[in-house]
Amino acid sequence: MNISRRSFAALAGATSLTLATPALLRAQSAGRLVVIGGGFGGASAARYARMAFPDVDVTLVEPQTSFVTCPYGNLILGGKRVLSDITHSYDGLRARGVNVIHDRAQDIDADGHRVTLANGEELEYDKLIVSPGIGFRWDAIEGYDEAAAEVFPHAWTGGDGSQISNLRQQLEEMPQGGVVGLSIPGNPFRCPPGPYERISMIAHYLKQANPTAKIMAFDSKDAFSKQGLFQDAWEELYGDMIEWVPGNADGKIVRVDAENKVFFSEFGEEHRVDVGNVIPPQMAASLAHDAGLVNDSGWVPVDQTTFESAVARDVHVIGDANIASPMPKSGYIANSTAKTAVAAALSDLTGSGAPSDPVYFNTCYSHAGEDYSFSVVGVFRPDGGEIVETPDSGGTSARGPLTELAETRRLEAGYADAWYDSITDDMFS
Amino acid sequence: MSTPRVLIPDTAAAGEVIQIRTLIDHPMITAVSSDLPRDMLDRFEVTMNGEPLFAYDFYNGSAENPTFTFFARIDAAADFVFVWTHEDGETFTVERSVAIG
Repeated sequence: MNISRRSFAALAGATSLTLATPALLRAQSAGRLVVIGGGFGGASAARYARMAFPDVDVTLVEPQTSFVTCPYGNLILGGKRVLSDITHSYDGLRARGVNVIHDRAQDIDADGHRVTLANGEELEYDKLIVSPGIGFRWDAIEGYDEAAAEVFPHAWTGGDGSQISNLRQQLEEMPQGGVVGLSIPGNPFRCPPGPYERISMIAHYLKQANPTAKIMAFDSKDAFSKQGLFQDAWEELYGDMIEWVPGNADGKIVRVDAENKVFFSEFGEEHRVDVGNVIPPQMAASLAHDAGLVNDSGWVPVDQTTFESAVARDVHVIGDANIASPMPKSGYIANSTAKTAVAAALSDLTGSGAPSDPVYFNTCYSHAGEDYSFSVVGVFRPDGGEIVETPDSGGTSARGPLTELAETRRLEAGYADAWYDSITDDMFS
Repeated sequence: MSTPRVLIPDTAAAGEVIQIRTLIDHPMITAVSSDLPRDMLDRFEVTMNGEPLFAYDFYNGSAENPTFTFFARIDAAADFVFVWTHEDGETFTVERSVAIG
């Protein structure tokens, strides 16, 4: 590593004066990569850019000074983790020479190759990687706005950890025999198995602390990820504590009354809850909208090999905000595709070859109870401008009676913990 | 079971095309692949001011809790009758009206 370049990059981020003199920067480096968003996509991109292309200056823009992961957030609800266990520092990236700026990216000028920060500072770039995450469609569920989200937390973005902590506290304070209501959106949304792991972890906690409580899970969909595995687990571990109401049984929640703690279904059923978790319908984060990167779907169309925006040159969009179906919107996919996006974005600056036949990997582990986990694995490749799941690869954990599969479920819980440690190392170490 | 539900506005502007959604909780058991006794709806009919608007015959391919979404143009006040008929002849009926306003 080149210490002088590293300190130079830090200095460059500190003053706009230095940034306004690209000729000077050019003399020192192969180019400037700016990464917006310090989550699974952005942190991985910044780290891999430094590892693979040490001659490129890397700046990471992220408003939060530490990162709270969504994965393993449900384990806080289950009482198996605390917030500090899932909070990660950016110091490791700084030590690798990433210039980390804790501010919000306000606007992207793709023609001018410039990012404006909330503090007014401008960052010039040669290549931009944007991993902005999700935003909520606040208008989609009547009565669900940012104020209502304090009563009915979504806990679907990590943020400063306050949303997941709020939900945990409400579960602790719920009266005996109370009702927990969840509102679950239609596809596409971040982390397809996440709501069902959440149901499981809430049940895991309530079984110990509030065994007469009930969980009502209202879903906009008729089917969900790893459904058989989850429903087997619910029956085996939690008896009749959990009731899942699919869309075709009027499960879609269209209105909430936060003051009186009521969910209203599409066909007018009223459901009183003691604790409510509303996971709203989603879209790409606001920056992607403000920068004109989204299409009518509210998500960002990208080249399926390079992840370059369909409308903005030298802007690569990764993570949950982009359109890369049939890959799930998961942290693992953000991490996997970040590496390809970095290689593609920096290939012409560095003279390295662009990735021609990339492979993307995904594994989603879900914890359903104590020593009880399972997974779905997918291997994906771009093919003729689309992404296709590789035939005869991946799959889900086997279904069967717990008496036969207890050891498998226990082992997968350990694999899940190891996955979490590995991927957060792959982002932040 | 068999709670019929209808989502339809109470009022519409003259000439407006309204969306109508229906849902009936029903297991729709074909008995093809289970020992449970057959329990299937046979037909769903909707009339608007006595005239046929929409009808559907259920067969074994129909999923549980059948739901429909369809549209109707409202030129004048309209009375709707929604009737689900079971294979055993039992019926479930919902009546709703849309006023001009």
